[in-house]
Amino acid sequence: MALRELSSLEKYLGLKKPNKYSTQGDKKIPVLQNNNGPPLVGLVTIACHLVKEAKRPELLGDSAESRAVVQQWLEFRVTRLDSYSKEDIKTILKDLNAYLQDKVYMAGNQFTLADTLIYYGIHPLIVDLAIQEKEQYVNVTRWFNHIQHYPGIRHHLPPVVVLRNRIYTSRHH
Amino acid sequence: MMSPAYKKFLVFSEKVVPFLSRPALPALLLPNGQHLFSSNAICRLSTLIIHCFCQPALLQALHMTVLQGKGSEVSKVIQGPLNYLVQSLSKINTPYLTGVKSQHLFLCYLSKFPFNFSSFKLWFDRVNGMHACQTAAQKVLQGKGHECMKSYMQRQPAPQISQCRDMQPSNSTPAEADEGERLVSEEEIEAAALTWNKGLSPQATERKHPILPQEGKRNILLTSALPYVNNVPHLGNIIGCVLSADVFSRYGRLRGWNLLFVCGTDEYGTATENKAREEGLTPQQICDKYHAVHSSIYKWFQIDFDFFGRTTTEKQTEIAQDIFWRLHKNDFLVEDTVEQLCCENCKRFLADRFVEGICPHCSYPEARGDQCDKCGRLINAVELKEPQCKVCRQTPVIRTSKHLFLDLPKLESQLEQWLDKSTSGGDWTPNAKQITRSWLRDGLKPRCITRDLHWGTPVPHPDFKEKVFYVWFDAPIGYLSITANYTDKWEKWWKNPQQVELYNFMAKDNVPFHSVVFPCSLLGAQDNYTLVNHLVATEYLNYEDTKFSKSRGVGVFGDMAKDTGIPSDVWRFYLLYVRPEGQDSAFSWADMAMKNNSELLNNLGNFINRAGMFVMKFFEGCVPVMDLQHEDKRLLALVGWELQQYIQLMDKVKIRDALKHILNISRHGNQYIQVNEPWKKIKGGDTERQRAGTVTGVSVNIACLLSVMLLPYMPTVSQTIRDQLNAPQSCINTMLQGTGTFVCALSAGHRVGTVSPLFQKLEADQIEALKKKFGGQQVFDPSPLDSTPAIVYLCKILLQHSYLRENLNHFETILSNLSQGDKVRALKAQKAEKAVITAEVAKLLDLKKQLAVAEGKSPEPAPQKSKKK
Repeated sequence: MALRELSSLEKYLGLKKPNKYSTQGDKKIPVLQNNNGPPLVGLVTIACHLVKEAKRPELLGDSAESRAVVQQWLEFRVTRLDSYSKEDIKTILKDLNAYLQDKVYMAGNQFTLADTLIYYGIHPLIVDLAIQEKEQYVNVTRWFNHIQHYPGIRHHLPPVVVLRNRIYTSRHH
Repeated sequence: MMSPAYKKFLVFSEKVVPFLSRPALPALLLPNGQHLFSSNAICRLSTLIIHCFCQPALLQALHMTVLQGKGSEVSKVIQGPLNYLVQSLSKINTPYLTGVKSQHLFLCYLSKFPFNFSSFKLWFDRVNGMHACQTAAQKVLQGKGHECMKSYMQRQPAPQISQCRDMQPSNSTPAEADEGERLVSEEEIEAAALTWNKGLSPQATERKHPILPQEGKRNILLTSALPYVNNVPHLGNIIGCVLSADVFSRYGRLRGWNLLFVCGTDEYGTATENKAREEGLTPQQICDKYHAVHSSIYKWFQIDFDFFGRTTTEKQTEIAQDIFWRLHKNDFLVEDTVEQLCCENCKRFLADRFVEGICPHCSYPEARGDQCDKCGRLINAVELKEPQCKVCRQTPVIRTSKHLFLDLPKLESQLEQWLDKSTSGGDWTPNAKQITRSWLRDGLKPRCITRDLHWGTPVPHPDFKEKVFYVWFDAPIGYLSITANYTDKWEKWWKNPQQVELYNFMAKDNVPFHSVVFPCSLLGAQDNYTLVNHLVATEYLNYEDTKFSKSRGVGVFGDMAKDTGIPSDVWRFYLLYVRPEGQDSAFSWADMAMKNNSELLNNLGNFINRAGMFVMKFFEGCVPVMDLQHEDKRLLALVGWELQQYIQLMDKVKIRDALKHILNISRHGNQYIQVNEPWKKIKGGDTERQRAGTVTGVSVNIACLLSVMLLPYMPTVSQTIRDQLNAPQSCINTMLQGTGTFVCALSAGHRVGTVSPLFQKLEADQIEALKKKFGGQQVFDPSPLDSTPAIVYLCKILLQHSYLRENLNHFETILSNLSQGDKVRALKAQKAEKAVITAEVAKLLDLKKQLAVAEGKSPEPAPQKSKKK
């Protein structure tokens, strides 16, 4: 899973020659063997490395604050979205929905790596939502739909259908 | 360490990140209005870099050490990440982890844990030697070790286990994950074989009443939440308190603890007065009637109370008033005036439930004085628009009335001290701790302990005569008074915290009263009371996909369970199998049938029956000689391990998890029989026949062990098994000793009794019929639509007022009402225009009014949820 994410990311970043990854442990944590230096372990670490290699530092944030915000959501991706229980799903969606209420992207007004990785991570959750639930988490759905149509991002994931008009009135929630 | 520009924005306690549902601290509000809620991100911003993967695990480790006092288990959680650190340290030959130069926080966390990783130690010492780190550690720890992080940790949400599960060694995961083959070591096998040959212990002494604490024994006082008398308890109530407490008390007696299990009905309060008026009886008559109902239900469920009392006794008055005077003397009561609605017509103050009016929030016309059923918000009775007295329908007036309040803020520090001790030393379920924590976090407020009612324990203070104690103050004192009705020496239990351990069983809605409010009453009374050591709270049990509801006729209630023809033991088994332990669960008919057929019939019953039948059929009813081979000893070790798990879990009141280990044993047994095929070997030569004998003998002994382990869960089945096997009674108190002793209780030559099947299949059509019967009123759609209260109300009249049946006029009105209700619902289903619906609803309400007039009295109140306290 993580490997496909990384290769999609490589394509998005326009890296010419694809890297070879291995995995470690039961959780299949991706490892990137580096010619000059210790191996890089973990999705976020490798993704950040790829971004730097592609010379797209703005994807990690363009100020100290936004860099911190991006890092925070990358951490959120691996700590909350990679292993969650059934009960967590509601909380995750609720929190993200509240957060995204006044934002276009995860780090505000700019597309960053956080959008890519959270999109990949939350995809399985969104696929399972009923139409009614998608309406309930309307901000998440809006953001999700935006990112999946962002050029060059979706790659290995199937598109999720989002209806344009609401079909449930708020009374049903 | 932190750039001053951000310092002023760093918030530790006041503010919580607005978009997160759980509080996350520390949080940093950035100048651009964004929030950072991850310590890692905050540290990065301040040029401190923490290796991000460690932090969640460390937080959990800290939580365990500081709050739960489980320092020894910490290594399990942080071992994974630490191993990783050690690896990277030994592989890379650098003195510091990349970027990790001043990990102050990390260091502070770590300085409390014992390690034995050499390269890690080296790194730790090196970093620890840096001046900056030392000052930082000093600043945070203030020389007090991890204790100083307590207040910070208490404000954090409990870390989620789900994140860290992967890092824990697999043996700590619950039984379900453990279905596969478990590897047993040679030592375990030898130990199991040794235990097998130990003799039975002498028989335990019979229970003799009155049970009193004894020197040198583990003395346990066990209570289950007092059920409110005027409700017939439903399955959720039963599993939540009395059944769970019963299983634990039976188990405790098997373990040889000196244990007293008391419970009783909670009888005072508004709801009883209400019910009495409804049924035209006095409150005392109502209590007598329903107390008997409760007793018989619990009897049918085989709840083995040492004493089942009630709160309307003289002892209750005596003890409650004594506690009251002590609180008064110690200055923990404050006086205040309260605005209350008073009905001039009925000449009394109206309790919250006696008022109805229009909800100030959503304009629902039938909101109650304490809560609106439509929007669910809490209401102050005086805020209701157009309030009405529920009895006479007059408009009440607002009057002030003087009341006494328990000064909880004054007791708060005492309470916190005691809670620290109790929650860290005892077995409090996570939900109990969490609910208690959230109460403390929100701060305690004085709580009114008096009410303007008649049916209650009178307040002895001359300035407050005519008033009674509020149920929440009064009811928990019932535990004491019920014990006092059991024995005159009740104080040996209740004023003896040195010798006695107190367990409280309840559903989670009752937690604050047992962990905050009642302990405050007792602490304030200052009479060396026994306070709760172990607070065991269940979550909620739902019925199929909905809630139990008496008014809608949904769900199985205690008195109906026996009419299903399903034995009480099977009910107990299934309820305990789905016990809402750790999360809400649901009762489902289909699932019950499946569990009965797959677990009880095909697994457990099948194994015990086969083992017994082989002895009867192949060995003339006498247990054959057993010559244990390695394979048999391996099985003994496996079974012994399951028994050990069972005891460990039960000691921690993990009743549902422990049950799975019983079923695991019979699964092992079935597999053992299946592989060894004694029915074939019995027809073979001498060695083969001997092998068949050994397998049969071992199996029938496992059946005997199972009967003991089952005793807390299914007492009747358990006894039946022992009767069938003719097992000595002394096996009961032998097997559960220490960490579990699986001995050969039925030795060669022992004669078994008559073996017969233990369980019956539940057929699909039988279950389907039951599901229909208990699924709610067939005429009505059970889904809660806006018009349902009106329909339920009509239905209730239909059922309750039999005179209506003789009166055709009224009956017709009702029928036209019903079809009107149907029409409304049909419209809703078709998503009709809102205006059309409103018009139809108005018609319905109008018809309802006409009905009321036709009846010649004011309409019956809509049925209400009568939740305890």
